[in-house]
Amino acid sequence: MTAADTPQGFDFRVELTRVLPHLRAFARGLCGRPDYADDLVQEAMLKAWAARDSFQPGTSMRSWTFVILRNVYLSEARRNRFRGDYDPDMAEKLLSQPAGQEDGLHMGDLRTAMMRLSPERREALLLVGAGGFSYEEAADIAQCAVGTMKSRVARARRSLEDMLTGDGTSGIKFKTQSVDHTEMLEELDRVAHHR
Amino acid sequence: MSSNPKSPDGKQAERKARAKPVWAEGLRRMYDEVVDEKLPDDFVDLLKKLDTNSDGS
Repeated sequence: MTAADTPQGFDFRVELTRVLPHLRAFARGLCGRPDYADDLVQEAMLKAWAARDSFQPGTSMRSWTFVILRNVYLSEARRNRFRGDYDPDMAEKLLSQPAGQEDGLHMGDLRTAMMRLSPERREALLLVGAGGFSYEEAADIAQCAVGTMKSRVARARRSLEDMLTGDGTSGIKFKTQSVDHTEMLEELDRVAHHR
Repeated sequence: MSSNPKSPDGKQAERKARAKPVWAEGLRRMYDEVVDEKLPDDFVDLLKKLDTNSDGS
């Protein structure tokens, strides 16, 4: 009955379901808040479903949905530009999680350090370092040049390195910062205007 | 091309080791932990809703 919806052998819903865990991981890494992240993913899900006809089977569902999720995240950021989206209470909770201590790394420190990166560097590191995307794929998702993606990753790595191996012996002292998405938003505007 | 003090393999391994500090592993774990989580019920519900609505429009 719905055969016209989907090409043979391709079930959009199944494919979407398969990438949902990745969308949740990406969203949580971007905004640092599990509850907010899941809201973003659900909105992205609905948008992806609505746009399912424009998905080309055989291409990467993960990349395709990441772009949608990223746009949802950015439009939320634009709306709440001055509010910031980093919840210090949540960070406190995460800091008390013992995971990762065995190898000398406090996961809480890493999360905090990630949230202190600029959003575009955090995104770059999430895509390439955590998500395992190639620089090319990551650049496609973030709608920037491959060289830009490479330098973002390199800078993000250096910043993390500095923060995590710095003098502070008992973890990172972090202060709540308002999150500035200016660079990402400007890029989005540029892309939008060129299309 | 003639005599290299260090084998290219050794150099590459060295670079790789330096490029993979502890936090790089942590970063992947941070991501994978979420990927491995059970999908919350509201996602499952939403997926079901998508499915049933697909005939409607």
